[in-house]
Amino acid sequence: MNELAVELRHIVKKFPGVVANKDVSLKARRGEVHALVGENGAGKSTVMKVLYGMQRPDAGEILVDGQQVRFRTPAEAIAAGIGMVHQHFMLADNFTVLENVILGSEPTKHGRIDTAAARARILEMAAAYGLDIDPDAMVENLGVGERQRVEILKVLYRGAKILIFDEPTAVLVPQEVDELFAALQGLRAEGLSVIFISHKLDEVLRVADNVTVLRHGQTVAEVAADSVTAQDLAELMVGAELPTAPPRSTVPHERVVLSLQGITVGGQGTRDLLHDVSFEIRAGEVVGIAGVEGNGQHELIDAIIGLAPCQGTIVYNGTDISRFSVARRRDSGMGLIPEDRQREALLMGSALWENRMLGHQRSAPVARHGVLQLKAVKADAAVIMREYDVRAPGPETPAHALSGGNQQKFIVGREMSRQPSLLLASHPTRGVDVGAQAAIWEELRKARDAGMAILLISADLEELMAMSDVIKVMLRGRISGTFDPQRTTLEQLGVAMTVASA
Amino acid sequence: MSRRFSPQSIALTLAAPLVAAVFGLGISSIALMITHNSPLETFRAMWDYGTQVGSLIEMVNLGAVYYIAALAVALTFKAGLFNIGVESQIRLGALFAAWIGAMFTLPPVLHVFVILVVASLVGAMWAFLPALLKVKRGVSEVISTIMLNSIGSALSAYLLADHFQQLVAGSNNVTTKPLPQSAWVPDLMSWLNRVGIKDVPGGGPYGLVFLAVALGFLYSFIVNRTRFGFDLRASGASPTAASVSGVNPKRMIILAMMLSGAFAGLAMMPVMLGESHAYTLGFRGGVGFTGIAIALLGRNNAVGIAFSSLLFGFLEVSARILELNGIATEIYIIMQGAILLSAVAAYEVVRRYRETLNARALARAGVTA
Repeated sequence: MNELAVELRHIVKKFPGVVANKDVSLKARRGEVHALVGENGAGKSTVMKVLYGMQRPDAGEILVDGQQVRFRTPAEAIAAGIGMVHQHFMLADNFTVLENVILGSEPTKHGRIDTAAARARILEMAAAYGLDIDPDAMVENLGVGERQRVEILKVLYRGAKILIFDEPTAVLVPQEVDELFAALQGLRAEGLSVIFISHKLDEVLRVADNVTVLRHGQTVAEVAADSVTAQDLAELMVGAELPTAPPRSTVPHERVVLSLQGITVGGQGTRDLLHDVSFEIRAGEVVGIAGVEGNGQHELIDAIIGLAPCQGTIVYNGTDISRFSVARRRDSGMGLIPEDRQREALLMGSALWENRMLGHQRSAPVARHGVLQLKAVKADAAVIMREYDVRAPGPETPAHALSGGNQQKFIVGREMSRQPSLLLASHPTRGVDVGAQAAIWEELRKARDAGMAILLISADLEELMAMSDVIKVMLRGRISGTFDPQRTTLEQLGVAMTVASA
Repeated sequence: MSRRFSPQSIALTLAAPLVAAVFGLGISSIALMITHNSPLETFRAMWDYGTQVGSLIEMVNLGAVYYIAALAVALTFKAGLFNIGVESQIRLGALFAAWIGAMFTLPPVLHVFVILVVASLVGAMWAFLPALLKVKRGVSEVISTIMLNSIGSALSAYLLADHFQQLVAGSNNVTTKPLPQSAWVPDLMSWLNRVGIKDVPGGGPYGLVFLAVALGFLYSFIVNRTRFGFDLRASGASPTAASVSGVNPKRMIILAMMLSGAFAGLAMMPVMLGESHAYTLGFRGGVGFTGIAIALLGRNNAVGIAFSSLLFGFLEVSARILELNGIATEIYIIMQGAILLSAVAAYEVVRRYRETLNARALARAGVTA
């Protein structure tokens, strides 16, 4: 049972401006559930895309069953027995379970689909691995847990011996998590290998035999799950070194800029996406929000900016804005750096000067009496490009031609140009190079010292520690803890983010 | 700015329509050869007939109608919507404008103005229905406008036959009561006389050709120079980014559709106030659908749509000669379709080439993507 099913040796994968994987090694044995953990951006997804043939490594070796392989496409990886269960399901809703499973590799008999053979094989697999499912149910009627089982069956049906699960529990309720883990045990018992990507450490310790920890694109440890605690893993994940935060010379004002009282955003199911969140941000204060992605951070921003209908009261500069439209909130001086800049903050096909207007189209200098001031806008776009070091030929350049870091610098410049009294910054330095990161931090610090209130959401704990006056941790839509960055270690934050009882 | 008007840039802009025209003619030639006709002779006959003064005037008149319809469609394209209902918005706008306009007389310019206002209000109201359905119930405007076309055409037939009809002695044409003279807009033949062009049997260009021109300027101004136009384009380019920026998507759907309907309602006005002076059963159908093709060919740009409208008008008018030569006039529809499809392909090729140029420019500027 200790034979190696798959081995990655010193994988390197670079993207323009970013090194996603510096040196990643991983060994998964047959009949093992192997967890891959690390912070957001540690390189987990990239290395799995390399293994699954979606990305080609710049250096390093992949061995499957001891043989060196080189995948150019996922199809080649699948042929070699590697399967991926995606976090976002890829199923045809109006097909049955059976149809979804065989889609693309239908068994045929005399030129027609051999449904009987397919059904027999699916039932056989379901029984062998403990994946309880009705092959004739319509996928649209299935719950999330059942859909995931269909995804697993799809992968198994194609003969996978090594299954990659990308954050499989992110979308599941606790009971479904139990069922999934039972299924994983079934796969293990049949001698398959499971690679389980997660950053929920309590779950990792429950289900995994061994754990590989990534940090900043490097493998930092491979440990047996029964020899470590969640605390140990959190330390390995974030590193022991403390960030060097330059001590701030100013103090926050007394004046409250934003006050949230009992903000609740309902979800599709029984659980609220955001539940009873209350806190205040003062002028000149940075409130940091830590948390594993998908724990309500996006909904928090949407509620404040007016995009998500919510219960509770939002008071901004002394005015109750709970009923205000998005436009009115933005025009009253809320700057926004959204999480997904390409979808939410830019018109990718439009010139930079047009993007200068986005979100600011109702106020000076962009529009006067509803008429756009194109000359002023173009001039101002050029000023932003110069002041924020946006590297592009000129304001006529379309946004999609810029690198991520330059797009982000332009967005930061645009939002700062109105001198907002509140800035909502979601992952402001994600995916940008080190130079741009330092520049963005510097701008945020300057604005804070000048009295701007900042809500900073980030997956980069070191960024949060360095920038925030206070850090709040979000878990499952609630504030699960409040920390003073001066008196907190990264490990404490890591535990609060991943373990419900912290 | 120098980048935008460099020789290379102009060449690129002209390349797509030229390539499309050559391709379109090629495909039409194949169609002609299949039906045992000589492409060269056919094209020559069309050109000779189409460039006569009378034909050119007809081209302009037809083009004006198509132009307004295409602007209406383009407005919704800009917003990421698809108003296929322009056809029935045109019809109902014209019908009500004719009915109400014939009820009274007013000073000439005022009378025309009132009729135009009625036509665009009715068009806007008919376009409001699919917008409301989309906003309140999530009904795709593509489906609802198609269905409202059927309803609109049945409704207009019913209203005309049972309520608005005025029987004309010695004719079986069904028409509304004729508009009083104060609502007539004279043609521009006298202007042409002044530059030495003699009268032609079909009459001169409609006076309301200027309405089409004015609407073209208005369209361009709204779309490119106003905040509303920016919101509209942002909604079309990225609905998510637009709503994050503070655009209310529902409001935008309602406004875009209604504005489109208001434009559409005006499309038949050059004909009605310039020539027929009534709404008749014989009103040309399909203007709204042709407008969709023209808006696509003109890339939702006021100038591009103007050229496309004139091109479609030219092909349609010049093809009339073919009947005398024993060739099916429908060949012009094949030509229009072939040009449109070639244009869509050519624009895409040019767009990709531009991307490559952009990437090179970035690389030259020392920027790594």
